[in-house]
Amino acid sequence: MNSIIVRDDGFHEDELSEAVFTSLETLKTGVEVPVYLHLENDEDPACLPLYFCWLRLIRIPFPDFADGRGFSLASAIRRLGYQGCLRARGHLIADQYRQARQSGFDEVEIGKGLAARQPERQWLVQLANNPGSYQDRLFGKRPVPAAPKSGHLRPELSPSSAGMPTV
Amino acid sequence: MYNYSEFDETFVRARVAEFRGQVERRISGALTEEEFKPLRLKNGLYLQLHAYMLRVAIPYGTLNSRQMRQLAMIADRWDKGYGHFTTRQNVQFNWPGLGDVPDILDALADVSMHAIQTSGNCIRNVTADHFAGAASDECEDPRPTAELLRQWSTDHPEFQYLPRKFKIAVTGSRADRAVTRAHDIGLRLITSEEEETGYQVLVGGGLGRTPMIAKIIRPFLPRQHLLPYIEAILRVYNLSGRRDNKYKARIKILVHETGLDELRSRIEAEFERRLADFAGVDQGVVAAIEEAFAAPAFVARPNNRHLDRLDADSNYREWVRTSLARHKRPDYGIVTVSLKRVGGTPGDATSVQMTALADLAEKYSHDELRVSHEQNIILPHVSRADIPAVYDGLRAAGLASANVGLISDIIACPGMDYCALATARSIPVAQDIARRFDELGLEKEIGPMKIKISGCINACGHHHVGHIGILGLDRAGVENYQITLGGDATDKAAIGRRAGPGFSAEALLPALERLVDRYLVERQDGSESFIDCYRRVGEAPFKSALYPGATQRRTRFRRRKRA
Ligand code: SF4
Repeated sequence: MNSIIVRDDGFHEDELSEAVFTSLETLKTGVEVPVYLHLENDEDPACLPLYFCWLRLIRIPFPDFADGRGFSLASAIRRLGYQGCLRARGHLIADQYRQARQSGFDEVEIGKGLAARQPERQWLVQLANNPGSYQDRLFGKRPVPAAPKSGHLRPELSPSSAGMPTV
Repeated sequence: MYNYSEFDETFVRARVAEFRGQVERRISGALTEEEFKPLRLKNGLYLQLHAYMLRVAIPYGTLNSRQMRQLAMIADRWDKGYGHFTTRQNVQFNWPGLGDVPDILDALADVSMHAIQTSGNCIRNVTADHFAGAASDECEDPRPTAELLRQWSTDHPEFQYLPRKFKIAVTGSRADRAVTRAHDIGLRLITSEEEETGYQVLVGGGLGRTPMIAKIIRPFLPRQHLLPYIEAILRVYNLSGRRDNKYKARIKILVHETGLDELRSRIEAEFERRLADFAGVDQGVVAAIEEAFAAPAFVARPNNRHLDRLDADSNYREWVRTSLARHKRPDYGIVTVSLKRVGGTPGDATSVQMTALADLAEKYSHDELRVSHEQNIILPHVSRADIPAVYDGLRAAGLASANVGLISDIIACPGMDYCALATARSIPVAQDIARRFDELGLEKEIGPMKIKISGCINACGHHHVGHIGILGLDRAGVENYQITLGGDATDKAAIGRRAGPGFSAEALLPALERLVDRYLVERQDGSESFIDCYRRVGEAPFKSALYPGATQRRTRFRRRKRA
């Protein structure tokens, strides 16, 4: 287990550490069972609505915390109507947690090294100190409902335990 | 004037508290310098050559007297008693200590100011015409638009880690004092044939290494669609702007490499999608912004004192000629206060001067001041009856230089004196030029002239759009100055052309003198400005003035060949 998952209620072990992720390319060839999608941050999400009902989670990588493509991608995917779980993965820092949540991510996957250097408290304080956003004030709260809180990620439902095949 | 709403206040205080924590975590080591950097940059804190530098936003360049006094207080308490007004309508403090910065930010919040997003790869402080709300050629005050954009872009979760910095400028006038065509996005308020007000949207302008003039991406955007459209541009840029090379990361390169039409169709597609769940901008917020920029209560008064003084005092006359611009009301004037005292640092003001300016604004300019991108201060609403009093006040503060728009009204970046990226000095060059033409007593004779100086290729001194642009480079450890000619920052925007090989620091001034002499010879009469003359006769005579040896050398070479 090399990753920590950050959610609004703190650090968690990664229930999906054994899961197999599907690429967009594979997804486009067709799937028969729900999958976990790994979307590169330079891939076009426009075709995703076709497959929404097949997606258990979408994971978007952050190769570097200064590379903000993932934020726009998450926002674009939400605008396309995706209501499932969105995960940011890689080099995000605690100070970006609020931006990640506001852009549409539900959770962030970070390495254990970073988690040690920036412990739980530093992530959670981002929400505690949240004065609200200018964007919500201007546009009203976004109509995007938060994903059901990691319900489909509970260990007993997780694909690894269910022996979930991939395509 | 826009004053902070309760929300602004809460937001800005929370940001200060957050930054206080980040400074502590940097000191404790929880944040690496690499991780701290974008966080401090988002709060306007740079690491300069000798010390930290704090860049404070003056949104759309507008301030009141209370804010100006607070800047003076900060300069005295935490800096060396002065501040530097920049070409981006910001003010910079060059010597704050890292530990003091959260306190300075709190002091700014006390007067509805902040340093948020004045640097870093995010949407920067939105700039606007410095004559906004006062100009006689204005179709509409651009500041409500700029304030709306300030709010929308502040801490926008999606656009904090863009490929590169992003600058937006707004104007409501035909004369493009906001230089919209040199910005990533330029917005011009216009009225359509159906008498509807909206925006002409320009994209992809910028100076720097690859100067480009912005292109029209949307000839007319209805006013209510402003935010969704800008958001679409930013989303397309964030997803497809280059990140492999920071010198190719600005949107101008994306425009150039993708092509305007292709980019336009991508933006329009994104815009359509955005409109689908756009229910309009909160009208309460919009109304509060509009109300904040309502025109002040102008008072009609007789102006004989001004007229008498014009007759009696030639210095006053001279100053009025350069410093007074036409106001939308004939009995008012717009006063530009030069921060370009001969021999001084362009854009610097001492705390005493800032206080004097605040006092004058409070008394004579409906409590308003502006910072221009030309690094001067504007008193936008002065009754003609009060102009003599303003002049006397400015004189007492050492601020009555009658050189606005003339050869010594130079834009210069901080250059080698402060900037870690500089390849040459910039401020001393400006000082030498101003001194020399002052000694020659030629300034008035030369008339309107824009000299702009940058200390490196990043072009913060906007040299590309100077009538005469000067770019300081480093050639094998020696300063070398390249001259460009024919640039223009107005609605006739043009990028200057390089005249030829650069000059050493010593040779630069004589070269400029030859250039100016040639202009005085070539011009039709005193009313033809340098730039008009240049446009009429072309670059050849000016090049031969700059490089008198060049033709000789060529002749000699030809002769030898023949022999
Ligand atoms: S142009 Fe260069 S030297 Fe001048 S301020 Fe910008 S980066 Fe520094």
